[in-house]
Amino acid sequence: MKKVTVYITLKPGVLDPQGKAIQESLQSLGYQEVDDARVGKYIELQVEEGPNIEERITEMCDRLLANPVIENYQFDLEEVK
Amino acid sequence: MKFAVIVFPGSNCDRDMYHAVKEVAGAEAELVWYTDTDRLEDVDGILLPGGFSYGDYLRSGSMASTSNVMHKIREHASKGKPVLGVCNGFQILTESGLLPGALMRNKHLSFMCHQEELVVEDNQTFFTSLYEKKEVVRYPIAHGEGNYFCDDATLKELKANNQIVFTYKYNPNGSIENIAGIRNKQGNVLGMMPHPERAVEELLGSEDGLKLFKSMIANWRDSYAVNA
Repeated sequence: MKKVTVYITLKPGVLDPQGKAIQESLQSLGYQEVDDARVGKYIELQVEEGPNIEERITEMCDRLLANPVIENYQFDLEEVK
Repeated sequence: MKFAVIVFPGSNCDRDMYHAVKEVAGAEAELVWYTDTDRLEDVDGILLPGGFSYGDYLRSGSMASTSNVMHKIREHASKGKPVLGVCNGFQILTESGLLPGALMRNKHLSFMCHQEELVVEDNQTFFTSLYEKKEVVRYPIAHGEGNYFCDDATLKELKANNQIVFTYKYNPNGSIENIAGIRNKQGNVLGMMPHPERAVEELLGSEDGLKLFKSMIANWRDSYAVNA
């Protein structure tokens, strides 16, 4: 069994009003050093071992987990016992 | 002309859509639960209503875009038959790749629900032929994620092929180039965030949406009469 961790982020240049609101809230709490905030998604999958596991996960990201029009993604694979 | 209004778990404008095409515009229509794909065989037009299909899990429209009924809808569209997606229906069409671009969170984050003035940018479409070019119409909007986005290359293509059908007069949500509704290259698939089905009777505050359904019905009749 593998644990897959998928990180999905908005592409650079794509407006992130949620991130903007977070940045402004942090500033209003006194954290003036926060220049920018971007919000993304974190998804964990448990996947059975098999051939082409990386290819299949890439496909899952392209077809469903991320929207390639506005989002980038990366993933990590680790062994689980 | 016979319409099917597709009902997903979480659709909530399905009955408004059904009422608009059947009881106001006078076409045949039925509500079709998303697993009853066999019922789409003899349907002329497919309507994807607004709402929150699958609770908008992951991204608006993304779950519905993977359902089996989308294969049928793709097949229907590839035959040149009309598909209209409104609000969540538009989000489903972009998520499934039937229309380019994506619908993102509104620029100012809030859910918006009010009448908007729209400009009919193209009246040479299956859906808008009863409007004047540049006619200003009033439809309600009701969305939190209606901010249309696409990359520069796609935008160029949309413009080159006259695919931008509706724009907002006063951009409420940050959509690129004020885009409120676009069609596919072939012209038989239209997606839009504003709700024509909620603007079909004066009692509802506007009847400007009725001409959209009447355009579809009239154009269907014309093409059917020519082919018959």
